[in-house]
Amino acid sequence: MINIVWAIVFVLVAPVIGGLVVGIDRKITAHMQGRVGPPILQPFYDVGKLFEKEQTVVNETQIFYAICYIIFMIFTGALFFAGGDLLLVIFALTLAQVFLVMGAFAANSPYSYVGAERELLQIMAYEPMVILAAVGMFVATKSFNVSEIASTTIPVVLLLPGIFLGFLYVLTIKLRKSPFDISTSHHAHQEIVKGVTTEFSGPSLGLIEISHWYETVFLLGFVYLFFGFNPLIGVAAVIIIYLLEILIDNTNARVKWQLVVKSSWLIAAVVSVVNLAALYYLSGGVP
Amino acid sequence: MEGGYLVQTTQLLIFLILFPLIAAFFLLLAKKDFERAWIVKLSALAIGIASVYLLISTYNKGALLMSAIPAEPTGIVMFILGMLIAVFILYLGIVYKKWLVVALILVQSAVMLYFELVFAHSVHVQSNMFMDEFSIIMALIIGIIGSLICVYSLGYMKFFHEHHPEMPDRRPWFFAILFLFLAAMFGLVFSNNLIWVYFFWEVTTLCSFLLIGYTKTEEATNNAFSALWMNLLGGVAFAGAIIYLAMFGNGIMGMTDLLASGKIIALIPAALIGFAGLTKAAQLPFSSWLVGAMVAPTPVSALLHSSTMVKAGVFILVRLAPIFQSTVTGYMIAMIGVLTFLIASGIAISQSNAKRVLAYSTIANLGLIVACAGIGTYEAIWAAILLIVFHAVSKSLLFLSVGTVEHRIKSREVDDMNGLIVRMPKIAAMMVIGIAGMFLAPFGMLISKWAAIRAFIEIPYGFLFVIILAFGSAMTIYFWAKWMGKIISVTSDSKNIEGEVDHSEWAALVSLAGLSFITTLVFPLLSTKLLEPYLMANYGHVAQLSQDNIIIMILMLLLLIILPLSILIPQRKHKHVAPYMGGRTTTHDMRFSGSLGVQKKTVLSNYYLHEYFGEKKLRTAGIWICSAIIGIMFVATALRGVFL
Amino acid sequence: MTYLAKSPWIIHYDASSCNGCDIEILACLTPMYDVERFGIINTGNPKHADIFVVTGSINEANREVIQNIYNQMSDPKVVVAVGICACSGGVFRECYNVAGGIDKLIPVDVYVPGCAARPESIIDGIVTALGVLEEKRNKHVSSPMVTDHGHTHRHRHAEGGAQ
Repeated sequence: MINIVWAIVFVLVAPVIGGLVVGIDRKITAHMQGRVGPPILQPFYDVGKLFEKEQTVVNETQIFYAICYIIFMIFTGALFFAGGDLLLVIFALTLAQVFLVMGAFAANSPYSYVGAERELLQIMAYEPMVILAAVGMFVATKSFNVSEIASTTIPVVLLLPGIFLGFLYVLTIKLRKSPFDISTSHHAHQEIVKGVTTEFSGPSLGLIEISHWYETVFLLGFVYLFFGFNPLIGVAAVIIIYLLEILIDNTNARVKWQLVVKSSWLIAAVVSVVNLAALYYLSGGVP
Repeated sequence: MEGGYLVQTTQLLIFLILFPLIAAFFLLLAKKDFERAWIVKLSALAIGIASVYLLISTYNKGALLMSAIPAEPTGIVMFILGMLIAVFILYLGIVYKKWLVVALILVQSAVMLYFELVFAHSVHVQSNMFMDEFSIIMALIIGIIGSLICVYSLGYMKFFHEHHPEMPDRRPWFFAILFLFLAAMFGLVFSNNLIWVYFFWEVTTLCSFLLIGYTKTEEATNNAFSALWMNLLGGVAFAGAIIYLAMFGNGIMGMTDLLASGKIIALIPAALIGFAGLTKAAQLPFSSWLVGAMVAPTPVSALLHSSTMVKAGVFILVRLAPIFQSTVTGYMIAMIGVLTFLIASGIAISQSNAKRVLAYSTIANLGLIVACAGIGTYEAIWAAILLIVFHAVSKSLLFLSVGTVEHRIKSREVDDMNGLIVRMPKIAAMMVIGIAGMFLAPFGMLISKWAAIRAFIEIPYGFLFVIILAFGSAMTIYFWAKWMGKIISVTSDSKNIEGEVDHSEWAALVSLAGLSFITTLVFPLLSTKLLEPYLMANYGHVAQLSQDNIIIMILMLLLLIILPLSILIPQRKHKHVAPYMGGRTTTHDMRFSGSLGVQKKTVLSNYYLHEYFGEKKLRTAGIWICSAIIGIMFVATALRGVFL
Repeated sequence: MTYLAKSPWIIHYDASSCNGCDIEILACLTPMYDVERFGIINTGNPKHADIFVVTGSINEANREVIQNIYNQMSDPKVVVAVGICACSGGVFRECYNVAGGIDKLIPVDVYVPGCAARPESIIDGIVTALGVLEEKRNKHVSSPMVTDHGHTHRHRHAEGGAQ
């Protein structure tokens, strides 16, 4: 069931793909704003630069949390691409996220502190929808194993249209895109400086950037699961959805955290109740 | 050979019930500190060893029914003791003018008196005691975690009375009740005769009442009485179940007979006992007694929350689960449980007092266990028992470390624990392990939550439960993580104030921290050797995790153990700079000069989101909704009882 | 060429500027000049930044802030003084409350004069700074921690505006 080869492929290839995705993202964003934009390889230059810089810290424990964050983020993605249990993947993801939050708390600095609290609010906002997406896939395919969901012939997305839309909604939070970019303020400096990453510098910040690449690839893989019945449509859907996210990013102003939590919960509750109720009803009450 | 084994096991069970009583008696007499210390330590050791021995000696032998004890005299003794307890409570109720308590105890005693006079001779239970894998698991929790808490109390209570000279020092009484509590719990899990169960049930109610009111302050007394009336309400329901069985149950009075008798007879008494279980497990609308119980010294809270009292409530529900399975009654109980999980997790977000956070988290997790019991499928029960085990370990560890910290920093506020990792590194590490055990993969609580999700999906329209669970579990992450963040944030100026932690406190803490790793590591063993036989015997199905997932989980655990060791690797010292304060120069303790040169200190506080998760708002809503569901449960049960 | 020169992140601080130079710096970010072409990002966080861009001159209110930001940046780092006030104090040089250019307080690597400095010259200054940055990396120059000893008690009241 678990396929080690895919896990190794993920560990080696994901940062390349993730970095390129971010590079293309920045290029398209620039074009949308009528600019030329940085080279596609810019994210790699940035991370390369970060590793050339001196490591300064507020205290040594920060580095420990940054390392744990990347290790468990890689673990999450590797488990996912190896075809492991989807719920376990989600729990591992939470563990990784908590390490990032702890890194921000550890610095005992006001800006990273606010970032940490907001990051937790974000986790609280998207977590139900992500778990329910996994549950929806189980109801649709009778399995929690990524390997089985990915190779199913059932058109998952047609059975889970509501859950798919709900997942897209929280995907914006996970990709740290506007309007839900409340904890790190990726674009331009704002009232919380850089939120969770404020106190990280040099190599440790580089590790966090690489973790984001891994995370991006993992999330795109999750989107693919909805279209696993046809690889061609799957890849096309992943690309279209990412472009859609870029469009949303560039056309929306950032909102307050209250709205992030309330709207994601409301949407998660409505779509999952409606969608799952329909599925249960169609199969006679029991999945 | 077989007979010898039976006798031997019976003796072991009786030892477990009676030995703590003897210890309690001597503790009442012991006036000197060192005498008490020795009695507590040796008895704790004996109880711990006996419960482990029980596990070993009954290994792979399955369930046992025991009829060796003469029922008649024991029954009379229990009846007399029960009446004495009632008189005692009645007296206290009148003295303190708690008329609700008086009314409830009168009703309850009247019912039991009526039963004793009219039905007692017609009821005959073949086997008064029994034991299976689930009882062994409970016995291990009581015997190991319960006695560790008793050992911890030695150091804690000494410190407590040294620093609170205004409180009367009633330690002999305190320790005696702790051990009495353990005895009652052992009695509860090994009794088959429902009248015995009822008796031990009432003893636990009494013990918790006395322990909560230990300090005799006005708040403590009031909260003790509020705990008392809620549990007495459950007691009345329990007594009602006994009377119902006596009147309509063809003389059934044994737990095993009740389970075997089918839903038609069993459903109504099961619903009544289930109601008693809900009160004892502090489910909404009865959650407030457990929160109020926080006024007691911390080891009492640890005992009530982890190994005794509330666990008695869920124990009885899990026992009765086969009766609840796929009935409206069961679904309503499950709904109460899962709503309690949601609402209590929400309230925990708004709490700044560490003990109240723990209290609401206990209520939430008990809610999850109750939900599993109400659903009653084999997968749900598997999850429920795992939750009981892992919750007991992590929660006792957390309470005890909060207790130790509270004595050092003189506060229970989460915000005052800022930088604990610098000020009290060892205890902070214990606390972090406890918190991680409560909500992070790969620790046991999360495995159990995972199992619960799978169990809920499989039942008809179970998605409703899953959705509520998903939201509740997201809130759990929030309140645990923000607390953990407080502890591990490094305040570089703070001094280490850990000092000499009392060695008995320390021993208990280290053992529990070790246990939380060990239970997670040996959980596959726990599952195959204890849970699977139990499920096989009671449900004919076995729930388990796949091999791959177990390996992955162990891998994660090993990573979590190894990664912190990386701190030991010598590395180049990095350049230290102060946190960014918008360009403002700060000193290392985060002081900066504000306008007009006034020195200010940076204070960081958690978010509590009162506006959304305020205690009052959520609790009121929860009480109304859950009371309504209890109403529906009884109506549905009654209808089914009448029409079938 | 190292990665350092391909990914310069800046922090911009307005010391006591009249906002003229600041507007020009912001102009560099617009589609017209688009400095992100060179990988330049305005981070707003000294811990992430490589280039410290200061406008305006030093006075008692911003002295501490400039030092603090400078000290919190990781090595290698460079300072670009944008506008004549940052270079030398400009027309405010003689004011009772002005200490002079940024180099009175922290080592400045590139001077971009002008009132206000034009975007072209600002970009030119930053690209020049990249060379310095690379040089510093190759030579392992570690920047000094800047402290205020000796400065704090030298009040300038007597020099100019006392009348």
